[in-house]
Amino acid sequence: MTLNELLTIGGMAAVTFGIRYLLVGLAGRVRLPAAAQSALAFVPPAVLTAIIVPGILLSKGVAAGLTPWTPYLPAAIVAVLAQLIFKRLLVTIVLGMAVFFVCRLLPGLF
Amino acid sequence: MTKRQREFLTGARDTIPLLIGAFPFGLIYGTLAMSAGLSVAAAFAMSLFVFAGSAQFIAVGLFALGAAPPVIIVTTFIVNLRHLLYAANLLPFLGGLSRRWRLALSFMLTDEVFAVAAKRYAQVDGSSDKHWYHLGSSLAMYLNWQLCCALGILAGGLIPGIERLGLDIAMYVTFIGMVVPSVRDLPMALAVGVAALAALACPTTPGWSWPGCAASPPATAPSCGCALAV
Repeated sequence: MTLNELLTIGGMAAVTFGIRYLLVGLAGRVRLPAAAQSALAFVPPAVLTAIIVPGILLSKGVAAGLTPWTPYLPAAIVAVLAQLIFKRLLVTIVLGMAVFFVCRLLPGLF
Repeated sequence: MTKRQREFLTGARDTIPLLIGAFPFGLIYGTLAMSAGLSVAAAFAMSLFVFAGSAQFIAVGLFALGAAPPVIIVTTFIVNLRHLLYAANLLPFLGGLSRRWRLALSFMLTDEVFAVAAKRYAQVDGSSDKHWYHLGSSLAMYLNWQLCCALGILAGGLIPGIERLGLDIAMYVTFIGMVVPSVRDLPMALAVGVAALAALACPTTPGWSWPGCAASPPATAPSCGCALAV
């Protein structure tokens, strides 16, 4: 492991653990202000969405190329529908991945 | 079987769907880490000590671009800030535990474990051993992650082109399954919509294979602001 790798991973581990442990470690001695609590409620879906949408819609490895017609798109649409209909995470994951790999195997579709 | 053992095993069992979703995600992390030029030790150390899927992907993407450690660390901080909310939610249940329990459960806190454990804590059945359920879920997720990352690191060296199979779709469909149920009102719909647009609008670097990762920090702040304003 190089020094660069060591610094990077050490820093990542420290900030990640710090975030996870801060409130629990202080155990009630510090409370988040109500405004911060309600703002934080939006963070998980917002971050996850910001990871999902470009990953699905932007062609990989190409700068700013919008090429939505890849197997990622039908897989994502099916995943949204599956979650709405069946409300079971495993069903969503399996159906989404199945659609993705079927689309990849179909010649001429993508 | 004691009540604690039953809680522990039920926690692990209830996490199985998420283990399946994380598995291909860990495989692709390992292969990407190898193609990004990380050493085997570094790739595995990141899984062991950071244990945060999306942050690990981002770090690998940034590492491949030659980003300096502070850039990767700050990005990790922003992407993982959502865990602060999880911790705040779990505080009423973890606050009374011993330091050792709090350290262990905090270290292994992820999106998936939070979703499973919070559901159990919310059940009213008088059990005083729900933290054992939480531990079962955490350990299942942690060990599964080490296993799939290790396999990915191995495969990255053995199977050429595995990182182009599109195994990352597993991460996206898992996250979709987690986001969809949370969009229940207008502010949340707005937060998610603005995050999507902001992430698409962010310029991506040539050769960047994980555009969402680059976009997530700048996309999150404005979307939360918009949602609060509603």
